[in-house]
Amino acid sequence: MPVISVIESIKNSLHSEMERDEKIFVLGEDVAARGGVFLATDGLLEKFGIERVIDTPLAESSICGVAIGAAVNGMRPIAEIQFADFVWPAINQIVGEASKVRYGTFGKKTCPITIRIPYGGGVRGGLYHSQSIEVLFAHTPGLKVIAPATPYDAAGLLKSSIRDDDPVVFLEHKKTYRLVKGEVPNSDYSIPIGKAEVKKEGKDITIITYGLMLHYVLQAAEECKNLGINVEVVDLRTLRPIDSETIIDSVNKTGRALIVQEDTKAISVSSEVAAIIAENCFFNLDAPVSRITPIEIPPMPFSPLQEAEYMPSKNNILEGIKRLMEI
Amino acid sequence: MEIKIELPHVGESVTEAIIDKWLIKIDEPIKKYDPILEIITDKVSMEIPSPYSGKLISTLVNEGETVKMGNPIAVMEISEQDYKPSVNKNEIPDDSIIGTFSDGANVGPTGGEFLDTSILEIDSNAPAPSTNFDTEDDDSKKYSPIVIRLAKKHGINLNDIKGSGNNGRITKIDVTNYLDKLNIVSKTNDDNNDIINPNPLRKIIAERMKLSFSEIPHAWSSIEIDMTNIKEIIDLNKQKILNQFDLKLTYLPFSAIAVSNSLKENKFLNSSWNNGKIILHKNINLGIAMAGKDGLVVPVIKNSDNLNFLDLCKNLNELTEKARTANLDLSDMKSGTFTLNNTGALGSVIGGAIINHPQAAIVTTESVVRRPIVIENNGKEEVQIRSIMNLCLSFDHRIIDGVEAAIFLQSIKKNLESFDKDYEII
Repeated sequence: MPVISVIESIKNSLHSEMERDEKIFVLGEDVAARGGVFLATDGLLEKFGIERVIDTPLAESSICGVAIGAAVNGMRPIAEIQFADFVWPAINQIVGEASKVRYGTFGKKTCPITIRIPYGGGVRGGLYHSQSIEVLFAHTPGLKVIAPATPYDAAGLLKSSIRDDDPVVFLEHKKTYRLVKGEVPNSDYSIPIGKAEVKKEGKDITIITYGLMLHYVLQAAEECKNLGINVEVVDLRTLRPIDSETIIDSVNKTGRALIVQEDTKAISVSSEVAAIIAENCFFNLDAPVSRITPIEIPPMPFSPLQEAEYMPSKNNILEGIKRLMEI
Repeated sequence: MEIKIELPHVGESVTEAIIDKWLIKIDEPIKKYDPILEIITDKVSMEIPSPYSGKLISTLVNEGETVKMGNPIAVMEISEQDYKPSVNKNEIPDDSIIGTFSDGANVGPTGGEFLDTSILEIDSNAPAPSTNFDTEDDDSKKYSPIVIRLAKKHGINLNDIKGSGNNGRITKIDVTNYLDKLNIVSKTNDDNNDIINPNPLRKIIAERMKLSFSEIPHAWSSIEIDMTNIKEIIDLNKQKILNQFDLKLTYLPFSAIAVSNSLKENKFLNSSWNNGKIILHKNINLGIAMAGKDGLVVPVIKNSDNLNFLDLCKNLNELTEKARTANLDLSDMKSGTFTLNNTGALGSVIGGAIINHPQAAIVTTESVVRRPIVIENNGKEEVQIRSIMNLCLSFDHRIIDGVEAAIFLQSIKKNLESFDKDYEII
């Protein structure tokens, strides 16, 4: 099986999906001539032409609005928001409109758009190129929100998102783009939306995470072997609808839960996971549900030292595990 | 006022019990007759009621401890006016006495009348009770939901576990490690053997067997019984009994009836040796040895000689179901005077059972086997295929000699072989 990066796996999936279905087109800032600022759409223009690969003005609301209009009329657009930090003008289109199409038309219309959004920090992106924005969409019924962490999951979930009849916010962590490589088969496969995956089996403690943090968690879990702590790692992969069953099964088994996320703590994905555990696993808990997140400040700092301090690290996670195991 | 509660005598052949579980907490208010703890005695576990209303001050014995009947187990706070002076100390049976026999029926592994010896005046000279209850607000006593749940499920006293968490808190892993150790204590040097710490029931069975086999001089005898007619009765009635009463018809009730009737004529088989005297029991209470959920149990069919066939079947069925689901209580187990062990159900063809102390004998009914048998027919010998069962008797040779044993076996044989093919069960 070829070993490729996350960005290559996304690019390959876009190519194969556009070959498969002529109704699919791509639109966004610099997606055509430039091939996208991260080169996710590289080569699409040459292969599929300007009618299916469209450079847009710097207007996120329009990008999403056009995509929704096309989708409601039978196309399957893939919109790219260049950076998650700039998605705010499109909030009304995504949260206010796309999410409500099926409900608002008594199910007569659907809105099969995929909105690809690079997000996340640890890349010296500072205030405007580092944000985690997932919770705003994950809170919204009518949307599906995906946050893959590996090349295999990225390709399998992107294909499912494109083929899904409802609007999907597809979050790609910028730092994983070239940092994370993995095996991806050439065959056409997809991964169901709404299914978490146990990335490492263990019996002593469950860590629930997603996105870039998965890789730090897996490193910490590996080091825990030397401490005699057997960590189970659950990768959520889909943030809405969240896979409660996998979380509950794992925590019922281990009795201890640690949630690790790059987003800030209050009213976040970790809050929801903690609530699911409290509601369903109480009689199997051996320790309080714990979380590792950045501190509550508005942006991710630009200063490299502060950025490193802000982002949860492998060592933070290790400490969190040890603390929770000592209770 | 403070009084000491003692472990009451629950049956004359029982002298000690294992404390299984405390059912109330320190300082918890208790009403009179509320269950305060569970004990495991001879093959049953039972709840002990509170002799007074009041509250528990301290416990003097830990869960898992073996305690002699009559020993203090807890201190209670009660109101002065509730207090009734205790029963006369002289009424408390001495440990060495096997039992009192009020109507000749209260003998058996757990038989006997309840004797309320639970209240004794507190002895101010007695050494201070060693309680390990901790009243301080102590992190080590803050248990997580899973720890509490596991402790309840497995009946563990958390005081027995050393916590590895912060401030000695007991973690789930501490509990699971403790449970593992309960089952396998250690390995021998050569690593070839596991050493098992038996569960309380196993320990009690071991004690009972040792007592019986070391005290009673066992002798054995067996006889062959032709069960061909009974097999035909079963074949003929099986479906009907199942449809009408939801009962599975087997050889066992036939054996139970035959044995009960033979005991009527052979009184010494229905007796006990007690301190140099032989006690003949007026009632015939037939214990049936069976495999319970956790080990051997011997529920008793009272006055089995007075029951008709169908009632006996129903009784047997009910007791078997209770044994299978571990729902037998003390009243189901006590007062047995003789034991029938149906080892044939397990495929055995011959056996030498150990007598259920302090009874005089035990019979085992073995497998019914189709065999060629020489039969005399009109003065001529011929070979027929018949259903044959061995009946094996173990008896207390202090009470019974070979002659009485043989007469008893012949009597059972006659009772079983004289069942007519057309015997009407209903």
